[in-house]
Amino acid sequence: MENLLHISVSPHIHGTKSTRGFMFDVILALLPAAIAGTVIFGAKALLVIAVCVGTCVVSEFLFNLILKQKQTISDLSAVVTGLLLALNLSVNVPLWQAIVGSVFAIIIVKCFFGGLGCNVVNPAITARVFMLIAFGSMTASAFPKALDTVAGATPLAELAAGTVPSLKDLFLGNVGGTIGETCSLALLIGAAYLLIKKVISWHIPVSFIATVFIFALCVEGFDFTTALAWVLSGGLLIGAFFMATDYVTSPTTPLGSIIFGIGAGLITSLIRFWGVYPEGVSFAILLMNILNPFIDKLTARKVFGGNAK
Amino acid sequence: MAFSLHGVKVPHRKNTANIAAVKMASPATVVLPTAMHIGAPATPVVKVGDHVDIGTLVAAANGAVSSPVYSSVSGTVKKIDDFLTSAGRYVPAIVIESDGADTVADITPPQVDSKESFIEAVKLSGLVGLGGAGFPTYLKFATDKPVEQLIINGTECEPYITSDTRTMIDDADSIADAINIIDKYFDIKEYIIGIENNKKEAIAEMKKIAESNSKVKVKVLPSRYPQGGEKVLIYNTTGKVVKAGCLPADVGVLVFNCTTMAYISRFIKTGMPLVAKTITVDGGAVKEPKNVTAPIGTSLKDVFDFCGGFTTEPSKVLYGGPMMGITVPSLDAPVLKQTNAVLALTAKETRIPAQTSCIRCGTCANTCPLGIDPAAIAKNYEAGNIEVLGKLGIQVCMECGCCSFNCPAARPLVQTNKLAKAAYRDYMTNKNKEENK
Repeated sequence: MENLLHISVSPHIHGTKSTRGFMFDVILALLPAAIAGTVIFGAKALLVIAVCVGTCVVSEFLFNLILKQKQTISDLSAVVTGLLLALNLSVNVPLWQAIVGSVFAIIIVKCFFGGLGCNVVNPAITARVFMLIAFGSMTASAFPKALDTVAGATPLAELAAGTVPSLKDLFLGNVGGTIGETCSLALLIGAAYLLIKKVISWHIPVSFIATVFIFALCVEGFDFTTALAWVLSGGLLIGAFFMATDYVTSPTTPLGSIIFGIGAGLITSLIRFWGVYPEGVSFAILLMNILNPFIDKLTARKVFGGNAK
Repeated sequence: MAFSLHGVKVPHRKNTANIAAVKMASPATVVLPTAMHIGAPATPVVKVGDHVDIGTLVAAANGAVSSPVYSSVSGTVKKIDDFLTSAGRYVPAIVIESDGADTVADITPPQVDSKESFIEAVKLSGLVGLGGAGFPTYLKFATDKPVEQLIINGTECEPYITSDTRTMIDDADSIADAINIIDKYFDIKEYIIGIENNKKEAIAEMKKIAESNSKVKVKVLPSRYPQGGEKVLIYNTTGKVVKAGCLPADVGVLVFNCTTMAYISRFIKTGMPLVAKTITVDGGAVKEPKNVTAPIGTSLKDVFDFCGGFTTEPSKVLYGGPMMGITVPSLDAPVLKQTNAVLALTAKETRIPAQTSCIRCGTCANTCPLGIDPAAIAKNYEAGNIEVLGKLGIQVCMECGCCSFNCPAARPLVQTNKLAKAAYRDYMTNKNKEENK
C-alpha cells in the first residue's frame, strides 16, 4: 500500500464552466461598449473605467484582508462590477464620486451581505441608483465630442419632449448619455457573444425589451420608429443584457426569468412615461432584484415523480 | 404532464467501442468478496485448503435479498479474509490461488419449465444487475405485479464505457434468446431496447432482433447523460413516471441491463454461473485501452498490466464511469460481478476548477434530470433545515452527477446531496419512532 490513490465522491470529471470563465466572458462582452464609449466621449472615459474597476478590486481585496477571509478577487466579479458601474456613469463624473460609488457597490451591497452570490441586489445597479440620488443627475449629462451643441438634450429627454432622435445616431451612439449606454451596436455585439457562449439566456433581455417596446408602441399610438427609439435610448440595452441577467439577483428558471423581464419592462416604462426621473431601467432592475426570491419560489421546477409525503 | 428531463452533454470518449473483448488468462490469485450485490453478504461454504473448480459454489445466498458466489478459477482456497467494500463495511472474501489448469466444475444447465423454476435458476446463477448497481436480478422477476414492458438498457451513457456496446454487437444472439426465454414464462406485452444514438453498430444489431420478433422495439435515444438512469430511461421509452419511493414494477415495467440479459440466456443454456466479466479498461493513464473479459476477483493491477500498464501515474482509479464511478484506494481491489469498467484517470482528466461561492446561476437546477434544485438542498442542509429537504425532493436524487459536472462554482453538490439524503433519512426514522411511542 505504498501508493494510495485519490478517493473522492463522483463525478470525477468536470464540464468547461467556471465562475471565473463566466466573469471573463462578461468582461469581454463589455469591451465593445467600453471602446465605443472612449471613442464617443474621449479618453477620460478610460480614466473613469480604470478608477471604478481599480476601486472595486482594491475594496474587495482590503475587505477580505481586514476580515481575514479567503481572497476572492481572482474570481473577477469585482472587475465586472467596476466595469458595469463605470459604463453607467457620465464621463464628466467627478472621480471622487466614482470612487465612493465603487466602494458602496463592493463593500455595502456585496461584501456586507456575504460576498459573491449572497448579495440581494445587483451591486453596480444599486451603486448607480445611490449615486443618482446622492449626487444628482450626473448619469446622463455628457455629450459626444463630435456634437457641436454644448448642451443638447439626451435622447430620452427629446422623446419626452415629443421629438424622435435619429435611429442611426442611437444605433451608433452619437447621442448624450453615460459612457457605455449610448452605442447600441457595441452593446448588441457584446450581447450576441454572451448569448452564443450561453453565458446568459434570452429570457430576461427579450421579455424586458419586448415589454418596453410594446408599452411604448401603445403609448405612442403604434408608431414603430418612436417605439424603437424608446428601446435604443437610455440604459435599456445595457441594463437588459448585462445587468438584469446577473445570476445572483435574477431568477433561475426560464419562466421566472420571463416574469422578471416583464416586470422590469413595466416598471421602466411607467417611470419613463410618468415618473419624475427620465430613466427607469436602474430602478426597475433594483425593484425586481428584491422580488427575485419570491419569483424563484413561485416558479421552482417540479420534482420528477412528485415530492415525498 | 410533460417533463423535460434535462441532463447534460458529457464527452463520449468511447475509445474502445470498436475493439472486441479480449479474454484474459486466469491470474495467480482471485479475491471473491461475499458482497458483490445489494443485500446480505453470501455465506462462505468452503474452507481453507479446499480444492475448487471454475463454477464451484464458494458462498451461498443468505436470506431473501442476496446472491451466491462461484469460483472463477480452479485452485485452492488460500484464506478467507476480511474485505472492505466501497460501501465501507467489512465482509468475508474468499481468496483462491489458481492452479492454472482452468478445470471446470461439474455443471449442468438448469431445469427451467415454469416461471418459478426460471426465477430459481436466475437466483442460482449469481446474476446481479450488471449495469453497476448490483441488485440481485431474480428479485426483479419475482414481482407479483403485472409487467407490461421489459426495457433492455443499452444506453451506456457514461463516458469511456463500451462493454455493453460490445455485448450488443458480439452477443446479440444471447440477448435475443433471453427475450424468447422470458417471453415463455411471463406475460409481457412489449420488449423495448433503449440505445443512445452514438452506437450505430449496436443499433443495427438490435434492430435485427426487432425484425424477427414483433414484440421487440428498438428505441434510439439522444446521447444525453443520464439517459440510462432507470427513471429517465423508463420515461423516455414509455412515458411512464416512477413516483418517489416506488419501483419500476409499480408502473408495470422491468428494466435490465443488456449484458444482464445476455448472461441470463447463457446461464440457462450452459449452467455456467457468473464467473467472468467483460469490462472496459480505459482512462488517460492506460497504455492500451481495451475491453477485457476477466475472471471475477482478478485484481485491478493484473487487469491494467494485461493492458500494457500505465503511461503515467493515475490520479484516480475507478470502478465504473467518471460520472458515477467509485474510486478505489489501491490496485489490489478485485473485479466485481457488477463492474462494467475500470478506469485509470490522470490528474488532468479529473481536474476540477477552483471552487467559489454559489453564484445562483441555476445551472444545477436546470440540468437535474429529476427536477431537483441541488443549490437549495445545499443551502437548507447547511442551515440544518432537515425537514425542508423532503419537500425539495432529496430522496429522489440518484446521484447522477449532472449538477456537480456543470457547476461553474465547482460546488460539491453530489456530496452534499448524499449527506442531505442520509440526514433526512435519519430525521424521518427518529420522527417516526417518536410518533410511534
